[in-house]
Amino acid sequence: MSRRYDSRTTIFSPEGRLYQVEYAMEAIGNAGSAIGILSKDGVVLVGEKKVTSKLLQTSTSTEKMYKIDDHVAAAVAGIMSDANILINTARIQAQRYTFSYQEPMPVEQLVQSLCDTKQGYTQFGGLRPFGVSFLFAGWDKNYGFQLYMSDPSGNYAGWKAAAIGANNQAAQSMLKQDYRDEITREEAVQLALKVLSKTMDSTSLTSEKLELAEVFLSPSGNVKYQVCPPNALSKLLVKFGLTQPAAETS
Amino acid sequence: MECVFGLVGDGFVIVASDTSAVNSILVHKTNEDKIMKLDSHKFVAASGESGDRVQFTEYIQKNVALYQFRNGIPLTTAAAANFTRGELATALRKNPYMVNILLAGHDKETGPSLYYIDYIATLHKVDKGAFGYGSFFCLSLMDRHYHSGMSVEEAIELVDKCIKEIQSRLVVAPPNFVIKIVDRDGAREYAWRESVKDTPTAQPEALGV
Repeated sequence: MSRRYDSRTTIFSPEGRLYQVEYAMEAIGNAGSAIGILSKDGVVLVGEKKVTSKLLQTSTSTEKMYKIDDHVAAAVAGIMSDANILINTARIQAQRYTFSYQEPMPVEQLVQSLCDTKQGYTQFGGLRPFGVSFLFAGWDKNYGFQLYMSDPSGNYAGWKAAAIGANNQAAQSMLKQDYRDEITREEAVQLALKVLSKTMDSTSLTSEKLELAEVFLSPSGNVKYQVCPPNALSKLLVKFGLTQPAAETS
Repeated sequence: MECVFGLVGDGFVIVASDTSAVNSILVHKTNEDKIMKLDSHKFVAASGESGDRVQFTEYIQKNVALYQFRNGIPLTTAAAANFTRGELATALRKNPYMVNILLAGHDKETGPSLYYIDYIATLHKVDKGAFGYGSFFCLSLMDRHYHSGMSVEEAIELVDKCIKEIQSRLVVAPPNFVIKIVDRDGAREYAWRESVKDTPTAQPEALGV
């Protein structure tokens, strides 16, 4: 019903909905999921990779996790090519701020700025919205560690734990049950991997199908963004009982 | 002939500036306040072309306020100083602002700080600084008497020494000065040093009307 209100992004339907924005969110619902968890001493991001192949150069390319600035990283779910544009925009906005103020951009301001860009595509120009949702993880001196989720409408909110992509509702309710306010980074990694393993479609869980990244403070006080290398990730999966110890693979 | 100078003490910054508004040989007024409050804990003391001075400092003041409204947190003194320098730098090769600025502020995390920003967008974080012909006298005096961690009384003594030197040795010395202070309790006026008051207008009775 109301198919005649679908094709233009810049008009409301009679029920007051923006169909193109909602269809964009549908597209994300089919994409690989990502989970973010805020802990006392860091933020954990875990993502499900849809493109798996032994031929993929995993050491240099990531599918889900991107560094925006030294103190902010993002996990994406949705159309990858759309995500690349927005990530580039976010990186430019972060550097433009540092160029003016010689300080790192506060995380919420970066998220807000990117969401303002996304909102533009729902109101004018006649272009479709971006089919991407983000989980932003970062640290700044005003509010410490933060986790934000944003969607194609340009809305964003701060979260203690959030899920985007396929089965995100199931993941979100699992997180709601098991999240504790005083969770440590290690416990957060365990919780994120556990929830993701339950909501992923695949029968067996290997480090090839996952990406894990953490944002935390080094002992010297600098913000570090670290992507977990595949063999370390395999060990973690075994440690948390999510996979059987692997036999030697060729 | 404008003089602006300032120094960092123990948990505070003091800035002083002359208060004469001059056009060629005419003195418009002797109580022009050239130290503008940027926000609760920052001052901008500016000297230079009066039109540019007011236009530019008000522009910076409003942008600093806008940042706080948008983001719920104030800019740090360093961020405000770098922003100010950036605006001067952007305008420099098109339509430069002929304004020299001492930006003084106090941040909870990092304490007091003073920034020297000249009209061609030089930026230096300093313990003491001065602009104008008066700087020839002030800088020498401050080099001699300044030490880090001065108390308010010691700093005011040094400021008064500088003002006295300017008034006795500078050929067209400004008669009045205003002194302002910023510390963790905020930015506020400290004192005026007036040797000349604006003459009051004559009363009608006195004119025999």
